[in-house]
Amino acid sequence: MSHLSADVLERAKDLVALYPEPRSALIPLCHLAQEQDGWLHPEAMSEIAELVGVTAAEVRGTATFYDMLHTEPVGTYVVSVCTNIACLLGGAEELLEHAETTLGVRAGGTTPDGVFTLEESECLADCDRTPCVQVNHRYVGGQTAQSFDQLVADLRRGALADTVPHHGTLVRVRRSVGLEADKETIVAERAAIEADKVNRAEAAEGATVAGPPPSTSSEAAPTPPPPTPRKPSGGPA
Amino acid sequence: MAITDAPKIVTARLGYDDSHTLERYLATGGYEGLRKALTMTPEAVAHEVDTASLLGRGGAGFPAGRKWSMLRKNAITYLVINGDESEPATFKDHLLIERDPHQILEGVLISAYALQVTQAFIYLRGEFALGLERLQAAVNDAYAHGAVGADIFGSGFSLDVVVHPGAGAYICGEETALLESLEGKRGFPRIKPPFFPAVNGLYGEPTVVNNVETMANIPWIITNGGAAFAALGEGRSTGTRLFALAGHVHNPGVYEIEMVKTTFRDLIYAPVLGGGITGGRTLKAFIPGGVSAPWFGPEHVDLPLGQDEVGNAGSMLGSGSVVVMDSSTCAVRAAWRITKFFSRESCGQCTPCREGSGWLERIMYRIENGAGREEDLDLLMDLCDNISPGVAWPPQQTTICVLGPSIPSSIASAIRMFRDEFLVHIKDGGCPFA
Repeated sequence: MSHLSADVLERAKDLVALYPEPRSALIPLCHLAQEQDGWLHPEAMSEIAELVGVTAAEVRGTATFYDMLHTEPVGTYVVSVCTNIACLLGGAEELLEHAETTLGVRAGGTTPDGVFTLEESECLADCDRTPCVQVNHRYVGGQTAQSFDQLVADLRRGALADTVPHHGTLVRVRRSVGLEADKETIVAERAAIEADKVNRAEAAEGATVAGPPPSTSSEAAPTPPPPTPRKPSGGPA
Repeated sequence: MAITDAPKIVTARLGYDDSHTLERYLATGGYEGLRKALTMTPEAVAHEVDTASLLGRGGAGFPAGRKWSMLRKNAITYLVINGDESEPATFKDHLLIERDPHQILEGVLISAYALQVTQAFIYLRGEFALGLERLQAAVNDAYAHGAVGADIFGSGFSLDVVVHPGAGAYICGEETALLESLEGKRGFPRIKPPFFPAVNGLYGEPTVVNNVETMANIPWIITNGGAAFAALGEGRSTGTRLFALAGHVHNPGVYEIEMVKTTFRDLIYAPVLGGGITGGRTLKAFIPGGVSAPWFGPEHVDLPLGQDEVGNAGSMLGSGSVVVMDSSTCAVRAAWRITKFFSRESCGQCTPCREGSGWLERIMYRIENGAGREEDLDLLMDLCDNISPGVAWPPQQTTICVLGPSIPSSIASAIRMFRDEFLVHIKDGGCPFA
């Protein structure tokens, strides 16, 4: 019984197939796992590791670098208050202080009922509506103390359910177009690319051993044929 | 100097509520540039962009056409679009991605054709949830329309476009960190050489990395010709550019302005642009191109919005974001907050940046909060000098990427312009603006 649901696993495999190398799907798969759990469960990280062919530690190593990937549980709604320069000039520190009072937690904390996590964030690129606030990465900018309290009340009673999904659901529009090539072709192409890399590395090494000046070594090395690009399809898979 | 009636190149469609849809895009000349490009040779398309002399809109300002022609000597494998807009107070790409995703996509398609690339990735910062949805919807619709995928518009040219979400890290805007992130790793910038993307990029393959706004300009250039684009602006700064205006102005926002013809004064004070300083106060200082740029004072407001003009005056146009600070702003607090940002976003690979940013942040914090010492000013400058020797502009580099050398900009500017303010903080044991 896997931790990730059958539907999530199916979508995960589709995502892996989009990339020339499976590891590229690591961050998209972390988002997908967060869509299921709201955060990155250790078992989810292990399964992502298997899907992209790395160790669980490598998944954790990548995930801990990024602010949006949570290796500890967070609230249903993650409220990010930007306090960077434009928002600072627009009163963000006062708003953050107010938010801490309203929610009863310091920045970085989660309310005891597990509904809200409050974050002090860096610039969210919405600097004409300061102070900038995001809830689960949906913009609700230009907040005042009063409007913030209203926002919290609206979120609590589910009035914003259509615009602000639960934490982890980043993108509700899925890719509806597939790849023309079947999975075997993709695997074969990847093997060809790997072989090609080995060839080139050997050629480069051979050139170094033979000792021609570096400026001519690339010309002297035999040029391997470029891998045939996969033709993407024009319609849904 | 004045506000010119130059055509709107990248914001023409933004007046429509449905500017992000394929229907609106097609009704307003969308994908005509792509159709035209597909009738030309890839070399002719690249030549058109070269003629336009379009400077990359990401921050470094390298000519896009020259980037491509350098690369055409080697076959390029991947085209990667940098939509990781995270420079504080920069929000122009945000607007383009949410409001006109097809325009970016068309630029990607034309560029991929010019470079003869069959795989493109558009990397958007993860916080752009709506942008990710709009761009994915645009890709889906464009596939159905035959503009993306196999045999585009019957031309025989094929391209797959993958929309890739980031996950929250400023450093991933640095192109080699972005490639690491796209490979599923921590966003650690790569050492250059040997990891110039053009030679050794994504998966070790030759890769072109271009900014979102750069892409958005391409359809207009192909439709109207590179010469028409080059006729706008002046000198090396051709065409129009998006300026993101933030801070203490009446009308903060994103404005498309002809390069060089307009000044900072126009941008900040013109009623149709910034509308002047709020609260009847006066201008204290402004940051001309993102928080990595040294600050300017009121004496610089008559500088034109041009890359070389700003560069020669000792700062940079950078990411095109202008932050206005009025007379009520505490320069120490502003510089402290910017330093805190760098300290938080340093990837941690290089000691001068990792340690230096944290030390600077703590010293700035203690000055702002009343525990500063007079010798702190020299200490700050000494630390800045360790990160970027000479604290000059353009900065010297001791680190793998340019994040480190960007850290001293705000502190050195604040000390140079407002030394007395620092001394008052230290003498009075607190912030006079609090």
